[in-house]
Amino acid sequence: MSAGPTERPAEPTGSGRGRPPALELRGIDKRFGAVHANRTVSLTVASGTIHGLIGENGAGKSTLMNIVYGFHRAEAGEIRVHGRRVEIHRPHDAIAAGIGMVHQHFMLVEDFTVLENVMLGVEGGRLLAGGRARARAELERIARDYGLAVPLDAVVEHLPVGVQQRVEILKALYRRAEILILDEPTAVLTPQETDGLFRLLARLRAQGKTVILVTHKLREIMAATDRVTVMRQGAVVHETATAGTSERALAEKMVGRAVSLRVEKTPARPGPVLLAVRDLEVRDRFGVTRVKRASFEVRAGEILGVAGVAGNGQSELLEALAGILPPSGGEIVLAGTPLMRRGLGPRARRRLGLAHVPEDRLRMGTVAAFSAQANAMLGYQEQPAYSRGGFLRGAAILAGCERKMRDYDVRPPDPRLRLTAFSGGNQQKLVLAREIDGDPRVLLVGQPTRGVDIGAVEFIHRRLVGLRDAGKALLLVSVELDEILGLADRILVMFNGEIVGEVAAADATEQKLGLMMAGVKEGQS
Amino acid sequence: MRGPGRLPRWADLGLLPIVSLLAALAASAAIIALIGESPWEALRLLVAGAFGSPEAAGYTLYYATNFVFTGLAVAVAFHAGLFNIGCEGQAYVGGLGVGLACLGLDHHWPLWAILPVALCAAAGFGAAWAFIPAWLQARRGSHIVITTIMFNFIASALMTWLLVEVLIKPGQQSPESREFAAAAWLPTVRGLLGRSGRSLGASPLNLASGFALVAAVLVWIYLWRTRWGYALRVVGQNPTAAVYAGISPPRVMLAAMLISGALAGGLGLNEVMGVQHRLLLDFPGGAGYVGIAVALMGRNHPLGICLAALLFGALYQGGSQLSFDLPRINRDMVVVIQGLVILACGALENLFRVPLAALWARRRPAGAGE
Repeated sequence: MSAGPTERPAEPTGSGRGRPPALELRGIDKRFGAVHANRTVSLTVASGTIHGLIGENGAGKSTLMNIVYGFHRAEAGEIRVHGRRVEIHRPHDAIAAGIGMVHQHFMLVEDFTVLENVMLGVEGGRLLAGGRARARAELERIARDYGLAVPLDAVVEHLPVGVQQRVEILKALYRRAEILILDEPTAVLTPQETDGLFRLLARLRAQGKTVILVTHKLREIMAATDRVTVMRQGAVVHETATAGTSERALAEKMVGRAVSLRVEKTPARPGPVLLAVRDLEVRDRFGVTRVKRASFEVRAGEILGVAGVAGNGQSELLEALAGILPPSGGEIVLAGTPLMRRGLGPRARRRLGLAHVPEDRLRMGTVAAFSAQANAMLGYQEQPAYSRGGFLRGAAILAGCERKMRDYDVRPPDPRLRLTAFSGGNQQKLVLAREIDGDPRVLLVGQPTRGVDIGAVEFIHRRLVGLRDAGKALLLVSVELDEILGLADRILVMFNGEIVGEVAAADATEQKLGLMMAGVKEGQS
Repeated sequence: MRGPGRLPRWADLGLLPIVSLLAALAASAAIIALIGESPWEALRLLVAGAFGSPEAAGYTLYYATNFVFTGLAVAVAFHAGLFNIGCEGQAYVGGLGVGLACLGLDHHWPLWAILPVALCAAAGFGAAWAFIPAWLQARRGSHIVITTIMFNFIASALMTWLLVEVLIKPGQQSPESREFAAAAWLPTVRGLLGRSGRSLGASPLNLASGFALVAAVLVWIYLWRTRWGYALRVVGQNPTAAVYAGISPPRVMLAAMLISGALAGGLGLNEVMGVQHRLLLDFPGGAGYVGIAVALMGRNHPLGICLAALLFGALYQGGSQLSFDLPRINRDMVVVIQGLVILACGALENLFRVPLAALWARRRPAGAGE
């Protein structure tokens, strides 16, 4: 979206024209046990604008929006909609007040049609027939008014994710939402689909609707919003017109200090091939082929990025390389050793110098109920550094974890704390420290900065580049295009299980990658 | 700090079980008052019955020994994420192993030679009985709760058949084996103590209690001080992370169930070799099921299990004394009290956890979260 597809109105509409604000929050306060999630938050969203709400994970944006939508109840404060005070105890109240929400994970019945999904809960009578006809007429009107074309009779699960999201928006509009909250709406979209979404939001704004866009992506705030509110640690720390700010300024407000958004790195100096993959094919447990005949090489001293919209086979590729998911065909050669022919599993691969930072650290990379030190040896528990003759070396485990925490700035630096007492960024740093500490030759990295605060992102990126410069081979899977573009030296794009192309980082643009991510093959690849 | 219910460790391990126990006792007191007895008198009799004399305490400890074995068995499986309901059957078959060893060797070998064989037989037979459900779970995905329950019934049927048709002492009506020769009797604590042990009276406390304590220590070392125990706990907490870490969940599950069955088999030492000195019907007497409550209450930690086993031993012993002294409280009433304790400590754990955690969160200075 470097060019910014949305046409911004001549001047910010709303408050200036004497209309009451669409949504006004005054002194919202909410605690979860010891966590003060919202600290007397006040927020004013002018009618007919797109308002961005940005903050790091755990800054309290989702809590705030869940209070507005009636999932949580605030302990103090009031909510005003179009100037009138409203009591919102449950989502039903929010809908009645004209508030609609599109969740990050869609709330759709997959094997219902679009029409049935939209009608669900507001069928209007005991028999469906009459309601269905009325709903169809109404939806056709909405589609015309907002340019929101969706095939009403298509079954939802057959629709692309971007269209499913439109169904969610249609649902909200059908329920006469005047204020639309979108929670991290672009996580599952290609850049082109994201552009399409923002154009739609602009049309909604032109028709007088109010949109609140909750995101952690600075670019989207800059591309789509009129005003932006920054939250940090449960409180609003900044509010400004989008036109008068910059990504860097917003990032600083989010983190509370200066941050570097660009990764400093020199050109790669690739060495010998350390990881070679030939005709790799992976099926999931339902027998569906998720990776189709993938072939590529990763050399020492380079980062190979794998881009793609989530769910196009990257996760399966990564797990197959790590030995977790058994491939149905092909060969993986790690520094000259054919892993498939020799039947080597995760343990043997680790011993051969293959480390793996998994995509989902809580699902796979750690044990949440264990202490930090017990997590800092996961996968390496048999190595002499941690156990001798079957007995764990308590003192060595403790000292090793302390050292890793120091080297990777994990806070708080207490190896005995439970893993869940650490923030996402610190958990991720611990996982990274563990995997790098084994001095691997090849490092597989999945979504290294998912759910990680900006400060830690910077740190993790610098470490990954440092590892590359130390002559390791890195395979980086990420759905964040910025991350791929910033770190990778070569980029593979996956679509529907296939590697649809390879681009050198120097030639890669977001537009080009975006087209490939949508399945448009490159001329020569 | 996600969700409610986070308590400091000491409160989780110490305070919560005590609060649960007090609640169960309060409910029991209400019922006892309802049927017209004095709750205080009942409590006094219960405590005196369980600990009032060395003999009473000996009985309590003898019961507790069974519960330590089965409680540990449940806990080891639980740490691997498996709910072993089959301790009753594993203990039953483990006892069969002990009995066969004793019947075969008692006229030929001295005790010190029989004992290791009996020990291995108890563990081996118990483990073997756990193996089939474990294998079905690990390789075929058959739910271990269902299969272990089934195996309790199979064990029961098998033992009845063996005792009625095969092992029965010739010329006898009741389905029991012959009594072992004294060479295959586990020494009683009374015997070991000599003159000073005389006050233990007829209590059946024997060397098996020592084995139970050793087993508790070994389980603790295994789970928290070896890499196999570490792997077992990883599998129990997060099987996906286990695969990632190169640990094979099926293999770990098998190992956990074999250890669990072996521990349950230890009950056979106490009952068959220590007290009955013969094989007879239904000697586990429900201790396999009580083991589940003991493990729950003991937080699946060997120390907690020993304490919980002591409590349940006291309830068993004191309860029978109670039903003896207060005519209106019969055996069924005692079972009700035991049931209330199990309910409060096991099933209703979160009933007290949530308010306690809320209380704790309020007491603590705010803003200490993530």
